Amino acid sequence: MTPRITLAVAGRVLIQLRRDHRTLALLLVLPCLLITLLWWMFEDTPVFDQVGPALLAMFPFIVMFLVTSVTTLRERSSGTLERLLAMPMGKLDFLVGYGLAFGVVAAVQSALAVTLSVGLLGLDVRGPVWLLLVVAVLDAVLGTALGLFVSAFAQTEFQAVQFMPALVIPQILLCGLFVPRDRLPDVLGTVSDVLPLSYAVDAMQTLTTSTSTGDVWRDLAVVAAFALGGLALGAATLRRRTP
Amino acid sequence: MVNNSVKVRDLHVVRGRHTVLEHLDITIGGGVTGLLGPSGCGKSTLMRCLVGVQRIAGGTVTVFGEEAGSRGLRDRVGYVTQAASVYDDLTLAENLRFFARVLGVDRAEVDRVVAAVDLDDHRDQVVGRMSGGQRSRASLAVALLGTPDLLVLDEPTVGLDPVLRKDLWALFHRLADAGTAVFVSSHVMDEADRCDRLLLMREGRIIADGSPAEITEKAGADDVESAFLAIVEGAAI
Repeated sequence: MTPRITLAVAGRVLIQLRRDHRTLALLLVLPCLLITLLWWMFEDTPVFDQVGPALLAMFPFIVMFLVTSVTTLRERSSGTLERLLAMPMGKLDFLVGYGLAFGVVAAVQSALAVTLSVGLLGLDVRGPVWLLLVVAVLDAVLGTALGLFVSAFAQTEFQAVQFMPALVIPQILLCGLFVPRDRLPDVLGTVSDVLPLSYAVDAMQTLTTSTSTGDVWRDLAVVAAFALGGLALGAATLRRRTP
Repeated sequence: MVNNSVKVRDLHVVRGRHTVLEHLDITIGGGVTGLLGPSGCGKSTLMRCLVGVQRIAGGTVTVFGEEAGSRGLRDRVGYVTQAASVYDDLTLAENLRFFARVLGVDRAEVDRVVAAVDLDDHRDQVVGRMSGGQRSRASLAVALLGTPDLLVLDEPTVGLDPVLRKDLWALFHRLADAGTAVFVSSHVMDEADRCDRLLLMREGRIIADGSPAEITEKAGADDVESAFLAIVEGAAI
C-alpha cells in the first residue's frame, strides 16, 4: 500500500461525487428528510426516541453499501479497474481509498442527521454526541466494505442493486428495530448476534440511553472487525489476472 | 532502441472451454509492431497477457526480462484497452492528474500528453461528453504518462477520422523513434503498411511475421489483405 496512491483514489472518488449533484443531494439530504418524516409520524409519542438511534446507524450503512457496489461494479466493467491493476496500484490502495472517500461522505451525512435529530427534533442523547458520529462513520466503512465485496458477484448494476434486499434487509429486520434482540426467537437471536448491523444499532442505542461508553467501544470493535473482514474479502475478489 | 522487449514462449490461453491462444511463440522488439487479424482471433487476449492481466494456461511471457505484470514493470508498460478506460464523469485533466498520481509521475506530464494526443482544447471537458474518437485519445493519453518503455495499444484507431488516424500513427512512430516499443492491434488491414513489423493472427495462431513488404512478397500478393487471404487459403490446401 502506498499512501500517495490511496489518497489519489480517495480524492478522485470525492471529485466524482462532487460532480454528481443529484447523488450528492440524495446522500446528504435524504436521510434528514426520512428522519424528519419518522419524527412527524410519531409526534407526541416516545417512539422517535426508541427508533431514532437505529436509523442513525442504518442510513450510512445502507447508502454506502449501495453507492459502493454500483460504483465499483462500474470500475470493473468500464476497464478502469483493469487499467489501475496494470499500474503500480495495490489492491488495498483501491479498497482503502474508497473506504476513506465514503467515510468522509458518511461523516458529513451523519453530522447533518445527528445535528437535525438532536438539535431540532429533540432526540435524547445521554452519551457523548461525537461518539454517535464515530459509530456512523464506522458503519459507513462497513457498508463500503460489503458493497465492494458483493460487486464482484454482480455482472450488471441491476444485479448489484438486488444485493441490497438480500444482504441488508435481513439485518434491518433483526437488528432490534422491530423486536428487541433479546426477545427474538432463539435461532433468530443467534443469527442477529452474528450480523454486524446489530452491533452498530446496539452502540447507538446505548449512547442514547446511558452515559457509560464501555459497551459502545465493545460494539464498535465488533463493527470494525466486520469492516476489516469485508475489506479482506473485497481484496480477495480483486484479481490482477482474470480469465 | 531496446531489442526483444517482449518474449512469448509456448503461450496457451483457455477461456471457458474455448482455446483462445494456442502455443504462441513471439518476440517483439523496438519500433512499431502491428498485430492484425479479424475480430475474435485472440488479439486482445494476447495484449492482456503482455500487461499481465490475463490468466494463462501455460507458457511464459517476459517483458524486459521480467515476468509480465510483475511489480517492476507496472510503471514501464502503458496499456490502452479496447474500450476507453477513463472516468466518464471527470474532465480529461482530472483523469490525467489522477493516473499521474497513481504512477507517481510529475504533473507537468499532464500537459505534455494532452498536447501529444491533440486535445488541448478539451482539457477541461468532461470525458463522458466527448466524441468517441476524443474519448479513445483521452484513454491513449493516460497510457503515455511517464513515457513507458512499452506501449500496448488495443485497437486505438478504430472508428477515427482518417486524418486523425494518420496523426496517431505518426505519433506512434515518434514514440518508437524515441525508444518506446509500440505494439498496436487493428482489425483493419489497410493499417498494415503503417507498421515497421507485422504479426498476422487468425484463430489464436500467428500465420505470418515480418515487415509488410516481406509478407506481401512472400505470399506473392499486392497488399497485406490479399497476402492474408493467400496465406489462409494456402494453409487450407
